[in-house]
Amino acid sequence: MIMAATVKKSAKSYFSVGEEIQDTKAPAGPIDKKWETRKFEAKLVNPANRRKLTVIIVGTGLAGASAGATLGEAGYNVHSFCFQDSPRRAHSIAAQGGINAAKNYRNDNDSVHRLFYDTVKGGDYRARETNVHRLAEISAGIIDQCVAQGVPFAREYGGLLDTRSFGGVQVQRTFYARGQTGQQLLIGAYQALQRQVAAGTVTMHARHEMLEVIIHDGRARGIVTRDLISGEIETWYADAVVLASGGYGNVFFLSTNAMGSNVTASWRAHRKGAYFGNPCYTQIHPTCIPVTGEHQSKLTLMSESLRNDGRIWVPKNPADAEKDPRTIPEDERDYYLERIYPSFGNLVPRDIASRQAKYMCDEGRGVGPAIAETDHATGETVERRRGVYLDFADAIGRLGQKAIATKYGNLFDMYRQITGENPYETPMRIYPAVHYVMGGLWVDYDLMSSITGLYVAGEANFSDHGANRLGASALMQGLSDGYFVLPNVINDYLATGPFEEIDDSTPAVAEALADAKGRIEKLLSIQGERSVDSFHRELGSIMWEYCGMERTEAGLITAIERIRALRQEFWSNVRVLGVNEDFNQALERAGRVADLIDLGELMCVDALHRRESCGGHFRGESQTDDGEALRHDDEFAYVAAWEFAGEGQSPILHKEPLVYEAIELKQRSYK
Amino acid sequence: MKITLKVWRQANKDAAGSMVTYQLDGVSENSSFLEMLDMLNEQLTSQNQEPVAFDYDCREGICGMCGIVINGSAHGRYESDVATTTCQLHMRSFRDGDVIEVEPWRTGAFPVVKDLVVDRSAFDRIIQAGGFISVNTGSAPEAHSTPAPKRQADRAFDVATCIGCGACVAACPNGAGMLFTSAKITHLANLPQGQPERRLRVKAMIAAHDENGFGGCQNVGECASVCPKEIPLESIAQLNRDLIASMFRGDGKSTD
Repeated sequence: MIMAATVKKSAKSYFSVGEEIQDTKAPAGPIDKKWETRKFEAKLVNPANRRKLTVIIVGTGLAGASAGATLGEAGYNVHSFCFQDSPRRAHSIAAQGGINAAKNYRNDNDSVHRLFYDTVKGGDYRARETNVHRLAEISAGIIDQCVAQGVPFAREYGGLLDTRSFGGVQVQRTFYARGQTGQQLLIGAYQALQRQVAAGTVTMHARHEMLEVIIHDGRARGIVTRDLISGEIETWYADAVVLASGGYGNVFFLSTNAMGSNVTASWRAHRKGAYFGNPCYTQIHPTCIPVTGEHQSKLTLMSESLRNDGRIWVPKNPADAEKDPRTIPEDERDYYLERIYPSFGNLVPRDIASRQAKYMCDEGRGVGPAIAETDHATGETVERRRGVYLDFADAIGRLGQKAIATKYGNLFDMYRQITGENPYETPMRIYPAVHYVMGGLWVDYDLMSSITGLYVAGEANFSDHGANRLGASALMQGLSDGYFVLPNVINDYLATGPFEEIDDSTPAVAEALADAKGRIEKLLSIQGERSVDSFHRELGSIMWEYCGMERTEAGLITAIERIRALRQEFWSNVRVLGVNEDFNQALERAGRVADLIDLGELMCVDALHRRESCGGHFRGESQTDDGEALRHDDEFAYVAAWEFAGEGQSPILHKEPLVYEAIELKQRSYK
Repeated sequence: MKITLKVWRQANKDAAGSMVTYQLDGVSENSSFLEMLDMLNEQLTSQNQEPVAFDYDCREGICGMCGIVINGSAHGRYESDVATTTCQLHMRSFRDGDVIEVEPWRTGAFPVVKDLVVDRSAFDRIIQAGGFISVNTGSAPEAHSTPAPKRQADRAFDVATCIGCGACVAACPNGAGMLFTSAKITHLANLPQGQPERRLRVKAMIAAHDENGFGGCQNVGECASVCPKEIPLESIAQLNRDLIASMFRGDGKSTD
């Protein structure tokens, strides 16, 4: 066990401040004309010249698959990569709730401007206005596109599309396909991509993992991959590279992300010069199925719509934790959200519901199995119950079991399948879990990173959600980036190509190849005592404790020092068996965990430097008298874009000031 | 729980494989089947033995990446009360002291890559042959310009939930991929947007199915009984109806 650092450093010693940066691509003019102007001003590529231009796309989720299909249709030569066995597996597939669009089909005063406003406000005023407005403008066209592809959205008896309200907004703009919207949208994009594979415009490389980006003459010109079956390390060249490789919630080990979700593509690009935007902005979802033991490998989300009818409580007396909850009388229960937030009650925003559940369990009033965890204050292993009740007894009594089954049947079944308990009879147990990251590689209005020719789309970029994402907006952003944004701006850059031919003897290529191979050789040569997973679990435990629902200066400094020690131990004591020239899953995971360790440190530095609370980032030192997140717009109304300064060097902070012209900044309140 | 595992180990696609027995102690009944295999792999790693290769990703039953034959049934369907993927099967479905046999999908169209991992790219090739609606981005009409009857839209959704895991092929005595193929045919055939290419699609997808090493369908029904998403056998009937109807049409003749 690694103990806390004994020498305490000041927060400022962990980073240095560089020059401010700006987005230079969004044109001047009124906000609702910017996208039109940008599309008009972007240079075009003659259709006959497009097949001479190659675009590499890493990742086949909503953003990557839709970009691949659309650029293929346009006639570019596309190479698409994913680490799974088929592009259809990408983790967008697990999104449940729905996709927002400003269609105003409900005649409920919805509009592009309202979706824009809700998204900026929901992001706690830490998103870039221009990008968010474009997202709202594009949203309606996404629904048209998906319907034309055959996405089976929920419909009404008249044959038209049904919508529902979602995630704390007052209009019904969320389109959905039962609880499997992400699956249906992804399959639509996947089919469009497969159509282009058949047409010969897209070449698919499944079971390939990107290990390096190749930068030659200041431009992103290709990638280095590992064939996950044969272990072969290969180079691929292109005129532009798109990263659509998803989010990095797995830095917490336990999250609702897929097991394979990782930061490697983004992190490798970061090390080569791509700035990382707001890495500490993490979204934690309050209604997930709790951890049941040390075997746990991932957490499962249940739609937060459950909070509409379920009441959240814990026993007043910690000694009641093991009692059958049905036998605990009303006056010995603490419906803590209803008590603390009488007007919003169980429907407070995600971050508040999450944080309060943590406080209850920290106090020892959690329920469910007692699980061994590290008490980070003492370094000792303690047993804690990490769960609170979500009770439907009142709702079942009022509406009947049948009505509840109609609304939530699939969620109740899922809960029963995973826990073996029947939630119609006994209260559910829930606990928060990490499920989305708003942070990601910094991009300009054209989605180009700080590396020329390297584009970033979907969850992998930092762009549209500010410090907190609204429900049903991730799917919208992924498809907006892939179907409509990238294909209308990447041409501006490709029009200056094709670029000089390079090959494996080009110094930049040889260097990237040597880096990728060197890392693998190093991982295999250590032959230490600890498994990759044990390092990943320890990293997750540090991140969850200090960079999770509540962050403090002292905690973050402790976390940074522990992560540094963990990195040192990883590179001297990890055990990866087998060889490179084989299907070697431990080796795959080792490379990913190594990058997650480095990312974890940067997240803590970012969280440390931002001495305010905003959206999903809650600093204990910055709260209102009511315990609400307190922003400091005078000091922190900027995007933190971090530059990699070299191995062992403090990262460099570049601030992109956030300018609000169309929307006025406000402090939120849910009392 | 104490478990005895008999696991198929095969170094690569060309190597001969065999069942290898492992003992596992202290398995929690709350762990999922894959978490139990994680535990086995941690144990093997600590003993300097190479871990067992198996596919997984979302671990919530939706990505379709996992797939293991457990005690002779795909995804361990016959160990579970309800339809399930391997990742959603939990150890409480087994008893202390059980012997569990673990094998990969065994079928001609899915060659073994290593241990429990198989190559399912043949499914992608079936979709490439016609499992889509040809609509370029940007050319879509307004979503409400074509209403779709709710009943048919719901039916389309029911079969569109296919996760492409391949359990249907693994369970089929003939190694047919008909349930998978018919799910896509039925999904698109029930939507107005799917009509223009309907006849062409069914011919092209069936041709790709046959070319990619899948066997013929004899309506045995094992596929539907193990399907984690409960895609009904009737979707194969829909496929057959569409295929027969397409024989009397010119659609698709030029694609040879």
